[in-house]
Amino acid sequence: MKRVPVRLYLHQLRTEQLVFWRNRESAFFIFAFPVMLFLLLGSLYGDDRTDEGYAGTAVLLAGMLGYGAANTGFAGLAITLVVRREYGILKRIRSTPLPAATYFAAALTSTLLVFALQALVLFGLGRLLYDTELPGRPLSLAFLVVFGAAAFAGIGIGTSALIRSAEGSSAVVNFILLPMAFLSGSFGGRDYPRVLEAIADVLPLKYFIDLLRDVYLEQESPWSNPGSLAVVAAWGLGGLVLAFRRFGWEPRER
Amino acid sequence: MTAISVRDLTKSYDGVEAVRGISFDVAAGEVFGLLGPNGAGKTTTVEVLEGYRQRDGGEVEVLGYDPGRAERGFRERIGVVLQSSELWPGLTVRELHRIFAGYYEQPRDVDETIDLVGLAHKRDARLKTLSGGQKRRIDLGLALVGDPELVFLDEPTTGFDPAARRNAWELVRSLRGLGKTVLLTTHYLDEAQQLADRVAVLVAGEIVRIGRPSELTASSKAEIRYREGGELRVVETDEPTQLLHELTAAALAEGRELDGLEVRRATLEDVYLDLVDEGGP
Repeated sequence: MKRVPVRLYLHQLRTEQLVFWRNRESAFFIFAFPVMLFLLLGSLYGDDRTDEGYAGTAVLLAGMLGYGAANTGFAGLAITLVVRREYGILKRIRSTPLPAATYFAAALTSTLLVFALQALVLFGLGRLLYDTELPGRPLSLAFLVVFGAAAFAGIGIGTSALIRSAEGSSAVVNFILLPMAFLSGSFGGRDYPRVLEAIADVLPLKYFIDLLRDVYLEQESPWSNPGSLAVVAAWGLGGLVLAFRRFGWEPRER
Repeated sequence: MTAISVRDLTKSYDGVEAVRGISFDVAAGEVFGLLGPNGAGKTTTVEVLEGYRQRDGGEVEVLGYDPGRAERGFRERIGVVLQSSELWPGLTVRELHRIFAGYYEQPRDVDETIDLVGLAHKRDARLKTLSGGQKRRIDLGLALVGDPELVFLDEPTTGFDPAARRNAWELVRSLRGLGKTVLLTTHYLDEAQQLADRVAVLVAGEIVRIGRPSELTASSKAEIRYREGGELRVVETDEPTQLLHELTAAALAEGRELDGLEVRRATLEDVYLDLVDEGGP
């Protein structure tokens, strides 16, 4: 009996992957879009260097990793869960023997898989086209990437509980995601007016991108900046707490 | 053997009593219909039995389980067709069945299940290319692929055209052939009459009548209608044979025709509408 959840978990992970890649919109907006943005912006930056002396494309790569984590974990998972809830898919799954924890574990792993693949593509293309360096601390970076994607997934699950309709989910999520990404420096600089900077200061993405820069550009350990780690983790946990309180399996509308 | 046993079930939403102390049993292998107008408490009742809702009061046992505890063993043995539900449009009929089969320890054969619901020719078609009726067949296929003992069908034909309804009825009848117990909700009388072994009429959260469809109408009087001098006459009687004989004999003797002669017994519809009127607010 103990083995059944493992079989169910693998089965659901395969299902999540099949559903993700079969859906052209999710495959494009979640997986390909950040890669495209990186190529576009990267070609714009060319050989520019930042004031700190880093290659502009390397800073961009760190920012895009941050954006990718938020896009995959937060936006992708939130939209997926809202759509499935409103379509009655979650309710239908609830009547089967698949345990709720197994469902979420598989959804989370699937998200991490997609993002890990995206990170590999970003590093590969950066190396090929913009001469960015491969990470000097690959294990630390891998840990950070998984940590960040998991935290944003927690926020995504929590946010899904706040969105009422499937039609509006994409708009709501991107209304949060895109400004946060700009303000946090996903696409380059961070020189915004004070008020806007203050907004970025409370959101998790800026801290996550700081961590990515520390580890990727400065070859630091992710633990060298525990404050930033704590902020990102707190947001992820906050999302989970919200999910535990408010998450529902049944359609809110109709 | 009893598949479902309900005693004094109550359930309220925000202080409004949706189900007010109903009791009924469903035997294994029986097709049981919960019939009633919209808002009568049918879906609430079924969702308590499916394990989606916690009851406020009363005893409920389904296949020996308390559905409120939502154990995996319970879910292994039930199949649920929801009122309305969509799925991933890009997946094929077979992929969807395979996904749901994988949730159960001892599922039915996927292809056999697809054959059973009449979608063999659409096996590799994507969901988005199918018609509404074909999608409903998938709903049933996914509820059956776990090889459940008990199948819940919540208004399986609402919104169907007449041909699609007949097809759906054939499918439900085939469930009986498989030995499944079926709990069906519907607000269509003819559907309950066609499919159910027994029917409970639910009005405003209470069961106002329960029995075989034929029993529900048996107690009612026959009605004889005819025209006399251009005026419609309606006579209710417990002895229609006798009355009809007298009427026709008299008419024959006088050499006139009984215009518009009609003998009818109250249909389930009449009984139902009476019940709904009495029980309604």
